[in-house]
Amino acid sequence: MPSECSLLLPRVCAALADPRQSGSDDTCLEKLLDWFRVLTRLDPTVSLLQDNPCLTDFIAAVLALPEPSLSILSFTLRLAGMLAASEHRFQHLQQEQLLVRLFGREGPLNSALWEDASVRSGWVAGVHSMMQHQPALHFLCNGGGIDVVFALQGDPSLFVASAASQLLVHMLTLSVESETTKPLSTVDCDWPACAQMIIKHIEDSLQSSSASHVEHSLKLLTNLFGSCCTPWTKVLWFSIAKHLESFLTEETVQAQHKLANLLLKMAWSPVFSEADSRFWALVTSALECFTPVQAGPLAVGVLRLYKCPQDVRMQALTVLLQPMDCILRAASQPLEYAGLLDESVSDPTTVESLLSSKSSCAGLLCQTLAHLEQLLSLIHLPVDLPYVSLLRSLMAILQFCNGSLSPASPLGNTISRILINCFRVQKSALDVLAALSERKGCDALIENLFDILLAYLESPNTSPTVLKKAFQATSKWLVCLQELSCSNSQWQQTVKILEAVFLVLQKRLCSPCWEVRDSSLEFLTVLIKYLRDQDEFRQCLLSSEVPRLTEDLLEDPESYVRASAVTAVGHLAFITYFSPEPPVMGNQYNKENTIAKLQEILSTDSEGFPRRAVISIFTKWLRQGCTGQLEDTEQFVSRVIQIVENDLDWEVRLGGLELVQVFCNQTVCQLGLPKCPYAPVPSAVTSSGHQNQSLQIFCRAKLFGFLFHSLCDCDKPLGQRACDILIGLRSHFYPTSTLKASQAVEESPAGHSVAWLQRTLRQGALAQNFPIDGGDGMDFQDPESMMLALGTIDFEDLHSELNRCSDHVEKSPQSLLQDIIATVGTTEENEADCY
Amino acid sequence: FFQYCLSGHPTLPCNVLKFKSTTIMLDCGLDMTSTLNFLPLPLVQSPRLSKLPGWVLKDGSTFLDKELKECSGHVFVDSVPEFCLPETELLDLSTVDVILISNYHCMMALPYITEYTGFTGTVYATEPTVQIGRLLMEELVNSIERVPKAQSASMWKNKEVQRLLPAPLKDAVEVSMWRKCYTMPEVNAALSKIQLVGYSQKIELFGAVQVTPLSSGYALGSSNWIIQSHYEKVSYVSGSSLLTTHPQPMDQASLKNSDVLILTGLTQIPTANPDGMVGEFCSNLAMTVRNGGNVLVPCYPSGVIYDLLECLYQYIDSAGLSTVPFYFISPVANSSLEFSQIFAEWLCHNKQTKVYLPEPPFPHAELIQTNKLKHYPSIHGDFSNDFKQPCVVFTGHPSLRFGDVVHFMELWGKSSLNTVIFTEPDFSYLDALAPYQPLAMKCVYCPIDTRLNFIQVSKLLKEVQPLHVVCPEQYTQPPPTQSHRTDLMIDCQPPPMSYRRAEVLTLPYKRRYEKIEIMPELADSLVPLEIKPGISLATVSAVLHTKDNKHVLQLPPKPPQPPTSKKRKRVSDDVPECKPLKSLLSGSIPVDQFVQTLEKHGFSDVKVEDTAKGHIVLLQEAETLIQIEEDSTHIICDNDEPLRVKLRDLVLKFLQKF
Repeated sequence: MPSECSLLLPRVCAALADPRQSGSDDTCLEKLLDWFRVLTRLDPTVSLLQDNPCLTDFIAAVLALPEPSLSILSFTLRLAGMLAASEHRFQHLQQEQLLVRLFGREGPLNSALWEDASVRSGWVAGVHSMMQHQPALHFLCNGGGIDVVFALQGDPSLFVASAASQLLVHMLTLSVESETTKPLSTVDCDWPACAQMIIKHIEDSLQSSSASHVEHSLKLLTNLFGSCCTPWTKVLWFSIAKHLESFLTEETVQAQHKLANLLLKMAWSPVFSEADSRFWALVTSALECFTPVQAGPLAVGVLRLYKCPQDVRMQALTVLLQPMDCILRAASQPLEYAGLLDESVSDPTTVESLLSSKSSCAGLLCQTLAHLEQLLSLIHLPVDLPYVSLLRSLMAILQFCNGSLSPASPLGNTISRILINCFRVQKSALDVLAALSERKGCDALIENLFDILLAYLESPNTSPTVLKKAFQATSKWLVCLQELSCSNSQWQQTVKILEAVFLVLQKRLCSPCWEVRDSSLEFLTVLIKYLRDQDEFRQCLLSSEVPRLTEDLLEDPESYVRASAVTAVGHLAFITYFSPEPPVMGNQYNKENTIAKLQEILSTDSEGFPRRAVISIFTKWLRQGCTGQLEDTEQFVSRVIQIVENDLDWEVRLGGLELVQVFCNQTVCQLGLPKCPYAPVPSAVTSSGHQNQSLQIFCRAKLFGFLFHSLCDCDKPLGQRACDILIGLRSHFYPTSTLKASQAVEESPAGHSVAWLQRTLRQGALAQNFPIDGGDGMDFQDPESMMLALGTIDFEDLHSELNRCSDHVEKSPQSLLQDIIATVGTTEENEADCY
Repeated sequence: FFQYCLSGHPTLPCNVLKFKSTTIMLDCGLDMTSTLNFLPLPLVQSPRLSKLPGWVLKDGSTFLDKELKECSGHVFVDSVPEFCLPETELLDLSTVDVILISNYHCMMALPYITEYTGFTGTVYATEPTVQIGRLLMEELVNSIERVPKAQSASMWKNKEVQRLLPAPLKDAVEVSMWRKCYTMPEVNAALSKIQLVGYSQKIELFGAVQVTPLSSGYALGSSNWIIQSHYEKVSYVSGSSLLTTHPQPMDQASLKNSDVLILTGLTQIPTANPDGMVGEFCSNLAMTVRNGGNVLVPCYPSGVIYDLLECLYQYIDSAGLSTVPFYFISPVANSSLEFSQIFAEWLCHNKQTKVYLPEPPFPHAELIQTNKLKHYPSIHGDFSNDFKQPCVVFTGHPSLRFGDVVHFMELWGKSSLNTVIFTEPDFSYLDALAPYQPLAMKCVYCPIDTRLNFIQVSKLLKEVQPLHVVCPEQYTQPPPTQSHRTDLMIDCQPPPMSYRRAEVLTLPYKRRYEKIEIMPELADSLVPLEIKPGISLATVSAVLHTKDNKHVLQLPPKPPQPPTSKKRKRVSDDVPECKPLKSLLSGSIPVDQFVQTLEKHGFSDVKVEDTAKGHIVLLQEAETLIQIEEDSTHIICDNDEPLRVKLRDLVLKFLQKF
């Protein structure tokens, strides 16, 4: 502990133990605990207590208080636990009889203070911290404390209950791993005493008729199997297996959800292999016995496993696909489609009754669809899903939801009535549909699928959130369609679909609902991103009204829409202006006009989003080399910098710095100097000539003023980014970096102003009115001065200064201790005032 | 209770209810879909329409070529458009006591009823209903009268001839009931028979029935009606809306505890959500105008147009349409826009509060002030000077057969830049467009119908729980084009009773009670006798006095004085003769005790048989039967009066007298 802190600590302890100082600041106490946590971890010896006797005095003083404040008592319990985490200090505190008085029967445990959850929570946390060695384990088990922990599993405070459960897991693991001498086996399991107590408690609870006891044990086991993968857990499984199995045969216990969670954690544990037939048999019967809603999460968890017996996987697949299968059968004529499942393995009665009930239908479908989406989002699926049937079933759901399907069965009629206009199911189904687009083999259905998607996009009844999902699914399937038509030359079909999409997009861009306009623009941007290289796409897009309507939306009254319009127009430019063969366009499509319009938004828009969108589009253009020759680009960048450097939104200024970075890299590369120092330099170019040229470009573009100004920006990320860029530039201009001596600099002509700059930069964000156009004769456009500045200023030092948190002074433990004392001081003063 | 169903149109109802002693007509809607069979009436000479070829029968007969013209592959009647009236033959309409109007769309047949049937009763409606109804009638009459047609066609209506015509003329129903439009004097005469009422006002009809209008939330002044007596309540729900548009919200609570609920005027487009349709309307409008085209909105001069103008008011600036002129053309445009602003008490809460600010409740006032919305009585005159394109025109009639809309269809139909947006749900847009084909102009169908949909009806019925529901047959099955949509029909228990045109229904409710007042003096004279704890009875002798359907029990007149003169009594002075009262008996006869009593009195051969309704006591020797049933006792013996009297007295011992 730093000596200055040691000096302050006694006063702090005295203040905290002072009963008159009620209502200590909880944040201070938490920070104090954080500090002690670090201290106790760094040094396990007893010296912390010996050197600072005020700590034990503090604990004793709090214990001596007739009515300690609850927060101080809770703090004391946690502090004592932390201190007792090392065996040496544990012994020391034991000698002082403090631990017994804190955690034993005589402590708060048996006082009225125990009624408060914060005290119980402090007790559990303290015990948990302490529980790092055998003496602590014995202290608790022998002193009867373990029964308290068992009881706390059912605590009314969920935090305490959960902490108690975690504590038991920790104790069990500690006991088994520190106290067993020979490996445990299923035949002869000789559990250490403490572990024995916990396991017996688990077994007793599992056999109990009380549902809450059963739940506590299942929760404990779930925590255990989730956090501990050592082989002894398998021995434990053998002792509890019969109880778990009985849950499936006896209907009295309602713990299906908890049991499913436990089985899932166990299935994921590497301890259980495919050969563990008893365990997998239990999983299989759980999948069979549970209702579809209870079994769903278990099924999807099992399906994500690679190591899993095939029959279990099939059972899980049956559970997951049964609702989809029922939908498909309800929607189609008998024998029309094969369905998703073999009828011999699945009994659809339960699922059918759930789907025919208004209260459960949407819930079951949404859960199933969410699970399917979860599975489909995995890159490698351990199981083959019947994609075509799944797609058919999804299409049926979407048609049920918009009332366009005329079902052939009574079940279909019932489901249809329930699902019409059900937004929740529509959204989930569209999510799965989007995820399914990445799987192959659904080509034959693609035309019907687009009919359905277009119906959703066109219908005025589609809610804005459903429409957004429909756009997302459509964009994904359009990419598929494009790939498909490349392979089988079905251009006509693609063109027909694209034309229909743009027609509906045109209408949606004019919607009075801004969310719809916004998601339409996002949809357009995504389409251009993925399909801009396709001729059919470009032709369909440019022959529609969409580009013009998109440009109109740059003036939308809603800022989000303007921002999306900026992004869309920015992407549209790749097709219209920056394409190698620009299309013949009307007068309204004019590159200069568009750039001017975007610059106008950047300089005048009152909202941040559109301005951020513009700067990010400009950077994108620059990165893709769309801003023309170097000279044009220089002017472009210069203009943009001048607009953004005074922007009130720091993200816009940060975007400006990104643009500068891209520009610097490109300029350096274009002038023939490779960015990588080891790349061969063309012999024809001389490095100094290019350096000179690039420096002049940067100066003309007014980069340096912006960069140095950003170093002093009150928003730190800007300073950091500017510093990174300047370090990069220095390494370019000074390949063998050596800082010039300040003395030498002062003597050079520009030296005076560079020295001023150095001083200013040292003030950082406190520098008042940083003059961009030069202060003290500083000319940011003067190549010589800038060269000198780059060579002189210690950017590394500046960088580490910027990387330190702004509150690094205030965050020190010393400051914390002083704060606590100061608070006490004020209370004393206030007291004096009272007299 | 009887219901005479005079109209088969579910949203333009006309029913007559015989309730107690009154005859009440509920609405008199006019079915104007018949006009779709007629050629449009152009305001400006249309070379296309005037040169149409006459229709020739397959056999070459040309006798119909003056009446029927062929246009775009369809055959239309070339005459003044005619409307289909409600049934007038089902009952004598001169016996109708009152007509209750629920909203301005449901009163368009009123002049036909009040002026042609001998009707002498009263019509009840709210003030906005009358005023806006007048505007609708005025516009209708004006649109038809300003394009006089020399000829009228009647030959085609002959059943033998009609059979030879192509569809849809061949299938047109009730053609004999089709009539030409009424005149303004008839309108004025009809409207003069209306008595204005306010929401929740109780109106007594002949003392027998009370009728009350309730807000229905559909249009300015639109109402549902409660028709009730002391023990019966019939609710008439017609054209109601739960959406928060401009009118006062619907009063649902007062519909509770109805014996019968007659449900009409649900949305005609149950699959179209009005919000979505308004969005669609705005999107299509903006898209057309931005592409340099004009937008035509065929509409009625009141109703949804107020909501559309309000939406556009919020939308035009954001859509960059502030420079585009909006024209509202109707002979009653000015009155409609102004009337809407003065009926503050009939508006929804938000709009009512504006009036106190004071601000006009509808934002179209601001649109007019800023010259964004201009209104004209017709295309002639000022409009032709101010007309600028691209623009948006709101004008009637939604059938596209008469009114200024015909001119715009002819003018803009040829360009694909223009769009016609149908917002009124009353007419099939394809049928409306038939005489204008081929049409280059884009057509968008955005029917906005704010009336109740089936989900809302289902909730409403659960909430108000009527004993019986009566509705048009169309609501008891899915729409014919979407037979799988079983969600698009009324689903309630017991199933609704349906009706169709020209049907007479006996409403599924029987009168069981009538309220009778007892005069205080008579009540004082009663002496109740407690026959069971909590139940007391008293015999009443009184005179039942009935006047104006009110029944009162009065003290009986004093016994007549012996006639002092021999003057003949006048019949009218005859008062009911008051006979002395016989005491009434009550109680039941315990058979066992009765047999014991008989035996005590010397009857030794008593046998008892049980029957379905009670017992038979047999006195074999005396050949006598005593039949004891719940509500009667008979002694059957042969000519032995003393025995009968003896037995009677034994029976009476077991009964109470009072």
